[in-house]
Amino acid sequence: MNFTNLFKIAGRALLRNKTRALLTMLGIIIGIASVIAMVSLGQSSQRSINDQISTMGTNLINVMRASQRQGGVNIGSTNVQSLTAADAAAMLESPYVSMVSPVVTASDQAVFGANNWPASMQGGSPKLLDIRKMEILSGTNFTQQDVTNSAKVAVLGQTVVENLFPNGEDPVGQIIRFGKIPFRVIGVLAPKGQNQMGQDQDDVIIAPYTTVQKRILAINYVHMIMASAASEDVATLAQADVEEILRKQHKIKPGQEDDFRVRTQEEMLETMESVSGFLTVLLAAIASISLVVGGIGIMNIMYVTVTERTREIGLRMSIGAKNRDILLQFLFESTILSLIGGIIGILIGLGLSYAASSALNWPYVVSPTAVVVSFLVCAATGIFFGWYPARKAASLDPITALRYE
Amino acid sequence: MEPILRVNKLRRDFHVGIEVVHALRGVSFEIMPGEFVSIMGTSGSGKSTLLNILGCLDQPTSGEYYIDGTPVSTKTKDELSTIRNRKIGFIFQSYNLLARTSALENVELPLLYNSTVTGTERRRRAKVALELVGLADRMDHMPNQLSGGQQQRVAIARALVNDPVILLADEATGNLDTRTSYEIMSLFQDLNRQGKTIAFVTHEPDIAIFTGRTIMLRDGNIIKDEPVETQSAKAALDALPVSEDYITV
Repeated sequence: MNFTNLFKIAGRALLRNKTRALLTMLGIIIGIASVIAMVSLGQSSQRSINDQISTMGTNLINVMRASQRQGGVNIGSTNVQSLTAADAAAMLESPYVSMVSPVVTASDQAVFGANNWPASMQGGSPKLLDIRKMEILSGTNFTQQDVTNSAKVAVLGQTVVENLFPNGEDPVGQIIRFGKIPFRVIGVLAPKGQNQMGQDQDDVIIAPYTTVQKRILAINYVHMIMASAASEDVATLAQADVEEILRKQHKIKPGQEDDFRVRTQEEMLETMESVSGFLTVLLAAIASISLVVGGIGIMNIMYVTVTERTREIGLRMSIGAKNRDILLQFLFESTILSLIGGIIGILIGLGLSYAASSALNWPYVVSPTAVVVSFLVCAATGIFFGWYPARKAASLDPITALRYE
Repeated sequence: MEPILRVNKLRRDFHVGIEVVHALRGVSFEIMPGEFVSIMGTSGSGKSTLLNILGCLDQPTSGEYYIDGTPVSTKTKDELSTIRNRKIGFIFQSYNLLARTSALENVELPLLYNSTVTGTERRRRAKVALELVGLADRMDHMPNQLSGGQQQRVAIARALVNDPVILLADEATGNLDTRTSYEIMSLFQDLNRQGKTIAFVTHEPDIAIFTGRTIMLRDGNIIKDEPVETQSAKAALDALPVSEDYITV
């Protein structure tokens, strides 16, 4: 018995019942399409998170205050006052750290003429824009001189500009108020959009940190320090250096807890990726349930088919089909069904994920692994769920089968 | 001359619960090449059991069976399949054609299970077989577009396509009216004249008169095995009164 003939026999048998074949395939089509769509959407979202984080600079290092105990009382992290501008300057001792900026944050109402907006002001050094990969759209950044003088100058993000200058006036050179303090606008930032957490990165006013420290908050510590590693590759080395330097600065003895935390963007990336990776697996698992349902659909139809075609099986046996020929015919039928269904499903899944990712503005990722695996799963589904009905068909007695009503 | 079929003391017992039913109680006969034999008997006489064994669908409990010189009793299931495919042509009462499949593809079917036949050869032989039964112009028709007699002709073409040593017909005219039955018998007689060996199972005596020899079974034994004064089916057909409501298509 050659396979070409078997293929012909199985193909003709399927073509005799096109509607049924199509409906049976539908289960597999839906199953495979949803698995493919879920996996490639998951990967698209992962890619888009990746892209966004790298626009923030993957060599970014954040130093934050850690919660601390004073006399047995945990005072949290917001009351920790140990981080200073001197710490930031000391971090530059590490060869792996290229730029640093102390950061202090204040929130208040920004006012220009009749317009106002609840804004948050980030005080930093002139390097802050470079560290955060922000660009000046018009005007200039502030200088080291402004930091020394605690100058009342500010650089505005797009969202702040839109709300304070709704009529499209040029903000550069205008005087706005932040709380009660007047600031001269010297620059406007290029828009950056939302970050991966959905925060508006353009809703910000940047000013010299000394100005925020002395004129607004009246403090002499800083809230956090942002730094840039010399390159992505040395980010972890830089992190270790920074920890060592700060322990020395804060005179923390070995064995004692740090009063700060150093975070690299790399770590954040990993966290985000593991979250979305988990989601992808979860969605794919749910989708594969529908694949199993599709497989059971094939089994069900093949089972009914065997009963319905008992006489046909008897006839085939009487004209010389061996048990193996009958077994293979039914296995071929179920495998052809699941493979064609699988191919259609893969195409639909890819189409769906393309549509969804372009609607969400995500990069379109085709996962070759998912495609190959689904194809193999289809073949396996056909054989696995076709096996039992095929065995039933092959084990029929030709005499009984021929007389079956 | 070697017989096409030879059975010797063939017995077949069935176990039904604790009882044993003797369907065949030691049947012996030979069929020579070119014979047209009818096997007759009432229901329960064992003729179906005999036909199943002759057709290699069933194995005897004891006794010998040779087809074309090959002993059948010792063969495996797969070997029996091959014998059915190469040496036997089955014709059934209910035609057993595949639905929604053209006459030509129905006739090709046995050759699909014979890997020594190529695709072009298969098509050629199916066409020749259909021409032989007079359906050259109906090759692409589906079974539901054919009359009962035409469907049985397709089934006969299917039985002929592998060039078997014997045709086994099981009540082949049982579903047909008198005129069509005579037409089919006339076709069998033509095939027999061309040298085909035919074993024809029937319970109708007026069909058996068109064959050359009758083997009569009762309760698992042969009670009669004698030549028949063969009538011409063609003559019988011509003698039928022309019916008003029957139009040859």
